[in-house]
Amino acid sequence: MVWLVLVTATLVSWSLRAIGLAVLAVAFVKVRLVGLYFMELRTAPVPLRLAFEAWVVVVGAVLAGLYLLGV
Amino acid sequence: MSAVATQERHLPGEAGVWVVILGELTLFAAFFSAYVWARGQDPTVFRASQEHLSQGRGVVNTLLLLTSSLCVAAAVRAARAGQPRAARPLLLAAVGGGIGFLLVKVVEYHALFAAGFSPATNDFFTYYFVLTWLHLLHLIFGLSILGFLSRLVGKDELTARELGYLEGGGCFWHMVDLLWIVLFPLLYLVR
Repeated sequence: MVWLVLVTATLVSWSLRAIGLAVLAVAFVKVRLVGLYFMELRTAPVPLRLAFEAWVVVVGAVLAGLYLLGV
Repeated sequence: MSAVATQERHLPGEAGVWVVILGELTLFAAFFSAYVWARGQDPTVFRASQEHLSQGRGVVNTLLLLTSSLCVAAAVRAARAGQPRAARPLLLAAVGGGIGFLLVKVVEYHALFAAGFSPATNDFFTYYFVLTWLHLLHLIFGLSILGFLSRLVGKDELTARELGYLEGGGCFWHMVDLLWIVLFPLLYLVR
């Protein structure tokens, strides 16, 4: 019985965590699309595009990391 | 990236606009990180507090800003194609989307205050009110830029400098949209 509760709790928190990460990932894909197409960074000078891409990758990774640490 | 030759690359707006935008993005990255870190300190309270936000309002506001951004992007294209007058209704539609966002936010703040929540309720609501308020200030500033731009395009031809204003102001507006795209899931969805 206790085992069942423990297993269920593990699976529930794991799926919450997976959903949270998926939601974050979708958000950062959207961010990148807004930057590349609406802000037209796709055809902007390379340093600016790289700065933006770096922001997406670094901030996305930091938020995912902090989120996993906290769950 | 290398598919586009260097001479075809184009900086949207003036360099100063990008200093501001990258600065804002960095600042908000710090705020987002602080929020996610604080959430990890007390996930139970954050989760329980998030239940009191309306995800529906968050979705409506996301759709309003995305559509508004699309209108601005279309306005820039129209002006660039030598049709600045055609950009005007698009910019006004974008302003409409921004005002819609503002109204939904006011309704949400009102509903939360009426239900007894305030920035002092707990850490979640402190972050919620501070972050959404900061974002709203940028949105209001962005609306005034769009207002200025909609006057600017009321002529047959734009100078290169004026087209730059339109691009730069447009990018600021896209930044408001972009920040909300991160803020919305952080505050409303990620539990």
